[in-house]
Amino acid sequence: MSVSSGPPAIAARGLRRTYNVKPTKVVALDGVDLEVPPGEFFGLLGPNGAGKTTLIKILTTLLLPSEGTARIFGFDVVDDVKRIRRIMNMVAGGEQSGYGILTVREQLWMFSQFYGLSRDEGWKRVDELIEAVGMGPERLQRVGTLSTGQRQKMNFARGLLNDPWILFLDEPSLGLDVAAARAVRELVTSWKAAVPGRTVLLTTHYMAEADELCERIAIVDHGRILAIGSPAELKKRVQRESIFRVEIDHLDGGPGSLAALPGVVSAAPAADDDGPVDRQSVTLNLVLEEDGVLGGVVVALSRMGSHILALRKSEPSLEDVFVELVGRGFSDEDGPVESPPAHPTDPAEPHEPVEVA
Amino acid sequence: MSLYEHRRTASPAAAAEWSRRQIVMTDLRSVYGRAYPRMSGMLREPSWMFFEVLLPFLATSAFVFVYRALQAPPQYVGFVVLGGALTAFWLNVVWMMAGQLYWEKAQGNLELFFAAPMGFMAILFGMAMGGMVMSSVRAIVVLVVATVVYGVTFEVDQWFLLIAVFLLTLAALYGLGMVMAGLYLVWGREAFQLNQLFVEPVYFVSGLNFPVMSLGLLGALAIATIPLAVGLDAMRQLAFVGSPFPPGTPSVEVEIGILIAMAIGFTLFARVMLAALERRARRVGSLSVRWQ
Repeated sequence: MSVSSGPPAIAARGLRRTYNVKPTKVVALDGVDLEVPPGEFFGLLGPNGAGKTTLIKILTTLLLPSEGTARIFGFDVVDDVKRIRRIMNMVAGGEQSGYGILTVREQLWMFSQFYGLSRDEGWKRVDELIEAVGMGPERLQRVGTLSTGQRQKMNFARGLLNDPWILFLDEPSLGLDVAAARAVRELVTSWKAAVPGRTVLLTTHYMAEADELCERIAIVDHGRILAIGSPAELKKRVQRESIFRVEIDHLDGGPGSLAALPGVVSAAPAADDDGPVDRQSVTLNLVLEEDGVLGGVVVALSRMGSHILALRKSEPSLEDVFVELVGRGFSDEDGPVESPPAHPTDPAEPHEPVEVA
Repeated sequence: MSLYEHRRTASPAAAAEWSRRQIVMTDLRSVYGRAYPRMSGMLREPSWMFFEVLLPFLATSAFVFVYRALQAPPQYVGFVVLGGALTAFWLNVVWMMAGQLYWEKAQGNLELFFAAPMGFMAILFGMAMGGMVMSSVRAIVVLVVATVVYGVTFEVDQWFLLIAVFLLTLAALYGLGMVMAGLYLVWGREAFQLNQLFVEPVYFVSGLNFPVMSLGLLGALAIATIPLAVGLDAMRQLAFVGSPFPPGTPSVEVEIGILIAMAIGFTLFARVMLAALERRARRVGSLSVRWQ
């Protein structure tokens, strides 16, 4: 039986999770239904407090659902805990795990032992992964002296130690510079592509990251999934017209001459057209009823003696999708769910200090 | 096999099914893996020589001079030196066993430990093993230095039994440490204060610097409940044969029985408590410091 014909990598039904934050209950997940087939790179996109991390913690067996069920490759997150832990791994952004006194190599080897790799197999695997994440020069450096980016690369290496069938990435690019983020993205996509059925669940704030990596995305807010689909499908939901950006060498009749064409909703100079004042070329934003209208526009421009210098279709961003669905941007927080609770560890114990040895 | 196909398995279902041998080997490797930071750390932080050898040595020395001034039997100097050596273990149990899960949680290690496939008892055993090795080195240094400086003479008839009692004491001590680690995590706060509470009072009732039965009923109670008290008393009886012990001191055989019961009891209790702890932590969401 191939992996793809087996049970879904993730199947959640009516998943609900509440926390007791005295004097009220906070609903972190509110009836989540989700199915991710094996082999998919799936993204959860949402603002802080949307419930992404709660969902990941339930799926990684670290948290029990208040209601509903969840299965990983057919294994129940409540009853089949050990089996799930043998086939998964997780990496979180800003993770400070491990012991500062160990070197990068030793720290990774220690974790390899927790996954049952033999002593020598562990060292070999660690050395391979250190090279893969580009930490060769830091391999003998103490973990306590690593920068945030180096630390996160090491965490990625830790996440791949056991070759999991499903990898949970919770805001993994947090704190990484552009080059480091690109390097770990390439590593994860290469790793996933190497074996059919390997699945990745990614939560992220970064729209571009979700757009680039994920085959499907769920937009989450207030503990609910508002929409699921491929990035293109989600964008299509908010794109009722076709928008093109066209640069032409000159336009004798002005934008109005195009706006009068059948199927053209509007034609206006691009707001960011900051070219030299004395040049003749113009950049226009064309809003068309549908893509097919573009042919008529091109023919009309040709008749007017204008030449097209550049033509690009404008896509809505995932943020546009989010704003359309939620009615606010990612950074606009409101309501009790977005506000972090007074206590970050155990909501039932509101004044526990967080001390780091 | 490539970097990306290291442990390729036929399917997730196949990868999830482990043989008994795989489970046991993973637990054993995890014990060593978790012990590793403690053992390697010992070699990297030489400052421990000052804090954990010189300072206990000074505290021990004070009692040596008091006993000499009082013209106490010479074995009492040996009692104090042995007690001073064992302080390393109790300090280790309190600070690096009992409080450890609390720090692990704050650092984000705890959820990674729970998310890994090994049994969590392996982590506790690893902490204990690393602590034992680390503390044994410290205890031996204190013992050797104090013995040489103060001219302690050991009178041992049964070396094997003495070593066995020492190991049993460690097993009981670290078993208690595992229990305390779980309890600290359940209480989840004020680990520093709890540690302070457990150091000096336990030193006192364990008779670190005098035969514990000098405390009468309190000493008997300590022998029945505190591994340090019973283990130290049994080791003193075996290391200084023929020395004067207060009336009512239990025989070595009885104390060995108590140590065995403690070692088994504490370990089993720790196991049961950890299972309960994990259930509770998953229910309330307290395995990590992140909350969203």
